Parts: sequence; C-alpha cells; structure tokens
Amino acid sequence: MQIIESSKTYDVAIVGSGAGGGMATKILAEAGFDVAVLEAGPHFDPKKEEDRNQFRWPYESPRRGASSNRRSFGDFDAAYGGWNIEGEPFTNHEGTDFWWFRSRMLGGRTIHWGRISLRIGPLDFKRNSVDGLGDNWPIGYDDVKPYYAKVDKLIGVFGSKENIPNEPDGFFLPPPKPRLHEMYYINAARKAGVPVIPSRLSILTQRINNDRGLCFYCGQCSRACQWYADFSSGTCLIFPAQKNGGRVQLFTEAMVSEVTTDKEGKATGVTYINKLDKKTHHLKAKVVVLAASACSTARIMLNSKSSVHQDGLGNSSGLVGRYLHDSTGASRAVFVPELMNRKIYNEDGVGGMHVYTPWWLNDAKLDFPRGYHIEVWGGMGMPSYGFGFNPNDLNKVVGGAIGGYGDSLRDDIKKYYGSVIGISGRGESVPQKDNYCEIDNEVVDQWGIPVLKFNYQWTQHEVKQAKHMQDTFEEILSATGGTLLGDKPDADSDYGLTAPGQIIHEVGTTRMGNDPRDSVTNKYNQLHDCENVFVMDAGPFVSQADKNPTWTILALAWRASDYLVDQVKKRNI
Amino acid sequence: MKRRDSLKSLLVGSVAGGLLVTGCAPENQAPAEPVAEEGLPGYGRNEAEKLHDKEVLAEVFLNEHELETIAALCDLILPATAMVGGALEAEVPAFIEFIVKDMPNHQLPIRGGLAWLDNHSLKLHNLEFKKITLDQQKAICDQIAFPGETAPEMMPGEKLFTRMRNLTLTGYYTSKIGIEDLGYKGNQANNWDGVPQDVLYEHGMAYEPAWLAKCVTPAQRGKVAEWDDDGNLLT
Repeated sequence: MQIIESSKTYDVAIVGSGAGGGMATKILAEAGFDVAVLEAGPHFDPKKEEDRNQFRWPYESPRRGASSNRRSFGDFDAAYGGWNIEGEPFTNHEGTDFWWFRSRMLGGRTIHWGRISLRIGPLDFKRNSVDGLGDNWPIGYDDVKPYYAKVDKLIGVFGSKENIPNEPDGFFLPPPKPRLHEMYYINAARKAGVPVIPSRLSILTQRINNDRGLCFYCGQCSRACQWYADFSSGTCLIFPAQKNGGRVQLFTEAMVSEVTTDKEGKATGVTYINKLDKKTHHLKAKVVVLAASACSTARIMLNSKSSVHQDGLGNSSGLVGRYLHDSTGASRAVFVPELMNRKIYNEDGVGGMHVYTPWWLNDAKLDFPRGYHIEVWGGMGMPSYGFGFNPNDLNKVVGGAIGGYGDSLRDDIKKYYGSVIGISGRGESVPQKDNYCEIDNEVVDQWGIPVLKFNYQWTQHEVKQAKHMQDTFEEILSATGGTLLGDKPDADSDYGLTAPGQIIHEVGTTRMGNDPRDSVTNKYNQLHDCENVFVMDAGPFVSQADKNPTWTILALAWRASDYLVDQVKKRNI
Repeated sequence: MKRRDSLKSLLVGSVAGGLLVTGCAPENQAPAEPVAEEGLPGYGRNEAEKLHDKEVLAEVFLNEHELETIAALCDLILPATAMVGGALEAEVPAFIEFIVKDMPNHQLPIRGGLAWLDNHSLKLHNLEFKKITLDQQKAICDQIAFPGETAPEMMPGEKLFTRMRNLTLTGYYTSKIGIEDLGYKGNQANNWDGVPQDVLYEHGMAYEPAWLAKCVTPAQRGKVAEWDDDGNLLT
C-alpha cells in the first residue's frame, strides 16, 4: 500500500467545512481559485429527503428523538457525532473533565448550532486594557466591523438597533415578537434591574435574496432547514459557491492527518485517509486553509512534524493547543403557576429565543472580570423522549398526589405543559496558557492518527462569575412570582458552572498576535512560521467575549480570505 | 374484542412487526410515514446510525410474558378514555420493547422489577400479576404508585412502577394519539405574529409599542431586505 497522490495541484486545500471553511470556500472560489474542501464526515444537504430531519414527528424515531452516544442532542438534531465519536476518542489529563463536541458532516457544527449571531465589541477586543488579565487582540473592532457588515448582508441576521456601546448593532432583519414565557421573563428581569432586548439570530424573518427561503417558524433550526432559511455553511456558503460556477471539489469522508511541507518548511498539501476505502491520500495544494475546529486544527498541526517544523507545524512558539478556552455556563429554572393549564397554540417560533439579555454591568465594580449574557427558554414545545417523566412532581408545589396512575395523569401533564421557564448564562472566561490540548502519544484513533489529550481547569474568575449568575438568576426568577426549581447551586458544585467544552465554543488554540514568540498566527490568520498556511476556524481567537463565536469566525475568515487573495496576487505566497 | 383479550394480539403484532403495529380500531393505526429501505425509519441518519437501528430492531430482549405484563401495567397507567385511546392504542408496549434494547440501563431494572411484581402477586394470589383481576392489580399498584408512601418492603415495586409510568407517559405523549391528546399545535409551517390577543389579556400582558415597532410584520417578510449605511432597514 502506498500513498495515493492527487493528480493535480489545487490552488487551495481547505480542511473543514464549517463556518470558517465554508466562508473560505465561498470567497476563494469566487476569486477564481481552484479549491478542494476536505470534510471528515459525509455530504449533507437538508433539501435531500434522506437527510431531512425537519417536520419529523417524535414517533418517526424508534427512540422518540432521544439522545444517544451516536447523536448527543437526540435523533433529529443535525449533528452526526457529538460528545462521542466511535473510533475517534480523545483523552483527559487526570483531574480534567473537558468535553469535546465534534460534528462529522458537510457544514460541521453550523448545521445544528443555536444561530446566536453576536459581534465581539470594541471593549471585548481589548479586555486586557480593562482588567489587566489575558491579552488584547492585535486587531480591534474597527478592523472587523466592515466584515461583520458583509456577513450580516450576505447571510442575514435578525435583531434590533439598541445603541449599546459594547453590543454593536448590525444590518438586521426585524426580530419576531416575544413568546408568552419571554414576556414573563422581560417583566421579571426588569424588576431585577436587568435589561432585555430582541435576540440576534441568523434566521431569515425577512427575505434576504431570492435564493433562500423565508423562516416559517417551526423552531427546528437545529434539525437543519430544508428551505435554507437559517445559516449553515453548506446551504449559505458552499452550495452557492458551487452554483456560482466556482471550482469547488468536495472531498467528504476525508480525515486529514497532517499538513505536508517541503524542505524549506512550506506547505505542499495535506495527507488524508479516505474513510470509505481506508486508503491514505496526498492532496497537493499551493495554499492550505485549516478550519477543522480549534482543537482539530491544533491536532493536525501538532501531528505535522518535519525537520523544519520539529514541534509541529507553526509551533515554534510552543503555543499550538494552548489558551484553549470555552464559554462559561450555568442555568436555573422556575415554575410559574400563572402558566398552568395554558391555552394551547403554536408558539414554536424561530429555532431559539426571541429575546435575551446582553451583558449589562461593564461599568459595575464586581469581584470577577468579564461578563455574560442570559438566554431564556420555555414554552409548549414538541414532546420527545423524556416528556412526561415524573408528570406531577410539581404537585409538591401546588398540592396534590405525587405519582399515581390512571386518567388523572392526563390532567397533570396538561396542567404543567409550558409552565416552566429556564434561563442560562453564557459568559467569557479568561484564557489561560495552562489550559491546552496536546497530542496523546499513547492513543491513536481508528485511522492511526494520534489523538488529543486535554488539560483544562477553570479559575476562580469563572467560578465567581457563575456565582454571580446564580444570584442574578434567583433574583430574576423570583420576580416572576413563581417557585424556583431545585436547590440553588452552591460552592460545592462551583455554582453550577458547566464543565469546560460543554458550551461548544472551543477557541484560542492558535491565537493571533504580532509577536511570533507569543502567538501562532498573525492578525490575518496566517501562520507566522509558514506563510502558505492559514487558520480560519476559532483557533486564532485571543479571547471570545460572551459572544457566541460563529459570527466572528465568519467575519475573520472573510477578512483572512481577502488577505490571502491579495497576497497571492502580489506573489507573496 | 375485550381489552384483556386484545392484549395478546396487540403484542404479537408489535413484536412481529417491529415498531409499527396496528391497534384494534382503524383510527389508532400507526400513521403512514416514509419508511426507508429495509423497513428502517426514514429520518436523516448516517450509516452508523442505520446499522445500529437495524441491529437493535433485530434483537430480542423482553419475552412474551414480560411484554404481556408490561402491557397490563401500561393499560393501568394510561387507559383509554371515552374520547381518546390509551397507552395500548398508542402502542406503548412496542415502544418499551424497543427502548429497553436501545438503552440497556433499563434492562435489569425492568426484568428484575417485573419478576418482583410476579413474586409479590404469587405470594398474595398464587397467580402472576397479569392473571389476577383488575381490582387485585390495582390493590398492588396502590401500594407502589405513590412515592413517599411506600412501605420499605414494597420499594422494589415502587422503583419498577415509577420507571414504567415514565416510559408509558413518554411513549404515549410522543405517539400520534398522545400528541393529539396533549394538543400540541406546532411542527408545521405558520406565520408567528405574536401571542394571541385573548391569551395576552388572560395573563394581563400587552406588547409595548416601542418593542413592537422593532418586530417583523407579516406584510414585510417577502420584500428583499435593503438597508441604508447606518443599518436602518428600508424595506
């Protein structure tokens, strides 16, 4: 058996088809480049009937939509894989509990994601100047602002102009009206002195072009929209790039193991294993764009050792894999008696919340740095596995028997349907050099590729932030007049702080900077050590604010792609 | 067909036919749904999932006696009403038959729990649970169906019953009959235009004009969005 060489040399090989890889594909293909896109999972197009999860009823799944170790968020969630991928493990250092979510399919995690599309604000790029912790980005909001605007207009995001300094407004489509439980949240939050504004999600409440459909409020964005009415990488970037006549060759089921380099250390292409025939291939390319996800990209780089790049590609700083950081998370829920025995109507709405709370205490003196936003959930959703468990536990609050059997259970179910409101905080952590992923030399996956090993501990900054969340949640939810569910998480549980990785905002492993000794890429996502390799996932993030990373991945990938085109034109690459 | 007599025929159908079995009455039949190759469910799944489902569907775990006992419990937990079918019409036993194979953590608690239930019934009536009268069954259920009131020696029964109640309700309310009974109105294209006025009134709520002014109106949705340079929507 030998490595199968590609017959031709592509202008660009793009590893990964998620937000960053999709944007690179669109911009580079439309600039006339001959592009190869390598994706470790199968092709996926929600328009194809065999890929359709939308409008399925729970009984169309034998497990009624339950989650499994094959699909973490349930049968209809459009993410192949999740916390566990059979044959592709990862490991944790003792004392670390890092969760790593991977989605193996064309479009990656953009197929199922929450569509929350927030801009990193002016303060967020320069947090070190505020609190002395971590590092500033080498770029500021004004560098990215034009690209956020382009992304808004190309892809579409609803929201509202609010003129909040660190929550920059964009080119918004109009938001949907709040649902009933969201109106309860608005009233309660205001009583607690916490502001609420319309949420900002990349879902088409109004037409943005004549190619994509309009949202019809099924609330199922996470299942992938067959009308392309929300953002995902395939439907909004890769397929349009192909349709526009771009030269885009898709390699699905292609598991990239390393970037190959020549004697001078310049990239010559990528090696991948075709998962279907299990053969090793070498795809030649003049430029390589890594967009496999922050951790997968770090893994590929660290596994790409050569005489020039002895510690892995682009790793002369020793920082590849370091500064890995996720968002913080914590939640609480309340039972609202006024929401018992609700009149039932269709309130599916868009696939996500219609309102949210942006961070509101930038000017306050607090015992922790950075901030968080608050998301709200509830309502009369479609039942799936787990619905009806402990059907009358809330009788503990309002009185009545617990348990039982017979016809009265029907009344219990209906009495409490849609009566619980939950809120979740999503916050900024302070990136730490000692939180990292590295190669585990003792474990390989089924393709023979050494796997990642994680080392990650939250600091007191994040724990104190979670405590603040819990205090705030208690105040807001109490103001609904309802009964808070469960005990308030305390210090023993780090105030309900989620395990690192669980919010699925992995960023920072190849952070950008001006000093090659202190960063992996320059401010255009280009490796300091290897000029014809770019990283266009969230690896180059220096920090991520409390803003979900996707919109910034898209903006930076567009910016980096423009730079790449310019550098090729100037023959600098 | 009497309810008790129908149990066996329902079950034979459910085991033999995999998931999608047919009840007594035509209106309770499983919905016509897209069934993909080899009788597997049709929603978007990858190859590994298809293989897994195929393997699980082919497995046998619960035996006929256990399934008949489960059916008796399902019928006690959620019987049909004059208006709407119950757990049996919603084919909940078939769902449970699948789910204990798919989620092996259910297997020992259910197998052992059912055996405990028979042991208990044999001691009292010298008959297995499924064969005692409805009143006798209810007398046992009354001792194990109310957490917090269960005698210590009856706790194994409570554990079983709680699990069976959960699986029965979740199986029922994720079935076509159950979703209709619940009244869930979604999973279809619509044009969300806010909470209905009578509901707002009932809850003492009203949309604020300033907030409403930001929101989409049904009339503007079809117009391709255009903005001025400050991000003000012009269309």
